[in-house]
Amino acid sequence: MAKDMSQPFESAAIPIINDRAQIDAVREQLVDILERFGYGKSSAFAIRLAVEEALNNAFTHGHRDLPSDEPVTIQYHVCPDEVRIVVADGGPGFDPDAIPDPTLDENLEIPSGRGLLLMRAYMRSVEFNAVGNVVQMVYRRPPDDASDP
Amino acid sequence: MPSDESRLRIKNQDGVTQIEFIDRNILDEANIQQIGDELAAIIDASSSPRLLISFANVDHLSSAALGTLITVNNKIKAKGGMLRLADIDPQIYEVFVITKLNRIFEIHDTVENAVSSFG
Repeated sequence: MAKDMSQPFESAAIPIINDRAQIDAVREQLVDILERFGYGKSSAFAIRLAVEEALNNAFTHGHRDLPSDEPVTIQYHVCPDEVRIVVADGGPGFDPDAIPDPTLDENLEIPSGRGLLLMRAYMRSVEFNAVGNVVQMVYRRPPDDASDP
Repeated sequence: MPSDESRLRIKNQDGVTQIEFIDRNILDEANIQQIGDELAAIIDASSSPRLLISFANVDHLSSAALGTLITVNNKIKAKGGMLRLADIDPQIYEVFVITKLNRIFEIHDTVENAVSSFG
């Protein structure tokens, strides 16, 4: 992940396994950093949701056929105006363009397939590597973003 | 952490089963599975289920939780029952709008409005 050294940032790369305590810990660590950088409640909600969906995709789909102790790596890079998150799994990857649009009338009552839609809705960009087992998400801080009093 | 404890607070009044979530965050795969199983048991126990699910305590939910709600809605429809959702935080309501699930769920601002909608 490219780093602009001219402005303050916090970053880390953390391997985690499919364990709720580990997932919650890394997500809350990220939310704490967002608060320190003054991101508002709606930004924290968006980033939290996108991270949850990306990790869920990685563990549920990417690691479906892998041992449960196989880690996924989450990297984050938080700047005052932007947050970059990379989630890399060890699975075979997938074609994101092959996921049916869950908002079409004929798909509305299908219980799965909404994680990627939510990631794309809340993030400025969501890009996969060629194989489809690494996703990079960028959140751009909106001009009216502010911490709750 | 999944457990034997219920993830739901349930009361039955005037033929409507009112349900609240215990958890503020409905994210954990095992908990979502448990919530789905508990709701399925409630639906199975009624010939024409009338369920009202309040989101008053909920701060965060994932697409997996939405999936469980869709399954619950499909089960209720299959039995000719009724499902209402209520008290959804604006940020979470936006998730329903993005996914267009506000088109398949009947959503009310308050539990009181949802109760009176059963007629």
